[in-house]
Amino acid sequence: MSHLLRLEDVSVTYRTGAGDVPAVRGVDLAVDAGQIVGLAGESGCGKSTLAATILRLQPPNARVAGRVLFEGEDVQTMRWGDLRALRWAGASMVFQGALHSLNPVQRVGQQIAEPIRLHEAGVTDQRVDGRVAELLGQVGLPATRARSYPHQLSGGQRQRVMIAMALACRPRLIVADEPTTALDVMVQAQVLRVLHDLVDDLDVGMLMISHDLSVLAELCDRITVMYAGRVVEQGPARQVFADPLHPYSGALSASFPRIGDPAARFAPAGLPGDPPDPAALPAGCSFHPRCPRRFDACDGVVPELRAEGPGRAAACLLVGAP
Amino acid sequence: MTGSTAPPVRGTVLEARGLHIEFGARGGAVARAVDGVDLRVAAGEIVALVGESGSGKTTLARALIGLERPSAGEVFLDNAPLDRSTQGLRAFRRRVQLVLQDPAGALNPRHTVYESVAEGIRLHGLAASDPERRTEADLVAAALSAAGLRPPERLYLRYPHELSGGQRQRVLIAGALAMAPQLLVADEPVSSLDASIRGEVLALLLALRRDLGLGVLVVTHDLGLAWNIADRIAVMYLGRIVESGPTEEVLREPTHPYTRALLSVVPEIERIEPVVLTGEVPDPTHIPSGCRFHPRCPALADGTAATRGIEDACRREPLEVLPVSTGHDVACHLVRSRP
Repeated sequence: MSHLLRLEDVSVTYRTGAGDVPAVRGVDLAVDAGQIVGLAGESGCGKSTLAATILRLQPPNARVAGRVLFEGEDVQTMRWGDLRALRWAGASMVFQGALHSLNPVQRVGQQIAEPIRLHEAGVTDQRVDGRVAELLGQVGLPATRARSYPHQLSGGQRQRVMIAMALACRPRLIVADEPTTALDVMVQAQVLRVLHDLVDDLDVGMLMISHDLSVLAELCDRITVMYAGRVVEQGPARQVFADPLHPYSGALSASFPRIGDPAARFAPAGLPGDPPDPAALPAGCSFHPRCPRRFDACDGVVPELRAEGPGRAAACLLVGAP
Repeated sequence: MTGSTAPPVRGTVLEARGLHIEFGARGGAVARAVDGVDLRVAAGEIVALVGESGSGKTTLARALIGLERPSAGEVFLDNAPLDRSTQGLRAFRRRVQLVLQDPAGALNPRHTVYESVAEGIRLHGLAASDPERRTEADLVAAALSAAGLRPPERLYLRYPHELSGGQRQRVLIAGALAMAPQLLVADEPVSSLDASIRGEVLALLLALRRDLGLGVLVVTHDLGLAWNIADRIAVMYLGRIVESGPTEEVLREPTHPYTRALLSVVPEIERIEPVVLTGEVPDPTHIPSGCRFHPRCPALADGTAATRGIEDACRREPLEVLPVSTGHDVACHLVRSRP
């Protein structure tokens, strides 16, 4: 079966003056239409670098190995014309920080209309206005908001405008990079509901990137957890959050307490230390210096991603061992 | 904790009493950012002030450290109204320190860690007046250690860009601790930090309370943070505190429809039916009549208020300012009319 998006053994290496820096190391991932897949990890784990390869937007000094297949076509090797079509109508991205991504001196309706006009040559103003109103409706904003400037909108409204822009050319895949990170909990809930309904109604696929495992557990079908450029765990979203296999997923999950859980009261769960420098990765399992469950073998063996139960896998010597 | 910057202090109390803060808005309108608040935080306790953007929580926090002048009411430190003279504010700010969010932006990128922490020590001449005759370097080292950066000497010459997010937040906290304060006001101390570092910084706040007897007012929109570290919680909506009490009670049995809605949308697995409120906190130039939450209130929308015969009160009768108390208090007509 062909997936909407399929990453096969993707690695990304940055060439720098100080040598090669591996940012992503051998990632496999798939997203189907009508599905939301979560990509979890912290600053510097390679998740945004990986996302950039999906539209071949990685910086010039990045070398990509492996295959990035969009509807079966390799994005990294496709012809420029095909890539253009992909970036126009195949897949689109929603970033965090909507304030900085919108043009402050242009009404948001015009900004949403721009790709529609460019995409459909000769389209009438009436058609464009209608489409803008429809898009605003899809993200839960009244059509009158088209006349607002970005500074007249709240953070949540701006993020909705960003989503409307991403939908303008009817993409089949949306890549959302921390779309709710700067938002309040109530506004976050509103935006998550909008994203969920879009995937349901329009049958698009979505790859959602976040460091917040609780948000991903809520919204996604499956979650992939990355650490230091590698996948450390994959599985059904709620299982990864509620019953993580890898100690790192466990730490991420515990850092967002279940309110009402006596064990978390006056006991915030943290993880000592910092993520490793990709230019100087620890030997063996990259996570072992911070791992609460490390043992002798951990600094000598690089654990493979091993299956553990239906649809689940983790890269830890404690998982799936005979 | 070794190298602590102050012996445990008992009893210092920071209070807002009947506090109002207004701002002039466009067209002569007046924004009532803080619209009648009583709040107390004492040494040795951690209080979470919770609310959405636009609730007025940051304005209230700024007023509590003397950065905003109230239009009515006053801030009290140990029952004395805040002395707003230059001298008075200087003395006040040694005792009550602010810890900012976004450590990447709050630290001067051209200052080393040592310089950043030493700045306040020099401004206040603390080395010259230290009762234990400690030098500036001693005080910097003690503050960094107390903030969990050990050994401190290793970080002296680092610049902010050479630090991790968690280290930067600790340097900011060290800068505050160098003043040997009795209270900290921390505005979203972990919201810009990665998940695994968040717990470490929250654990530090708990350790400061335990080891130094510090009181902390944490301003946040994160209810999980409150559950992790706060003794008491005050929920703010449109310039007022609408529910306050011991954290266990407020978060286990939220009573105000607004608190219930906020809790219901925290992403979790087992939980109550999510109540996603429409819209956002209204404009503080147009605070609704009656209960200020009534236009968004699910209990009014679903007819609960009408059944109880209080719909009219919700729309027209203002609620009183919640008192400072040790109990669980709620500003809601529904609760007052409970049979």
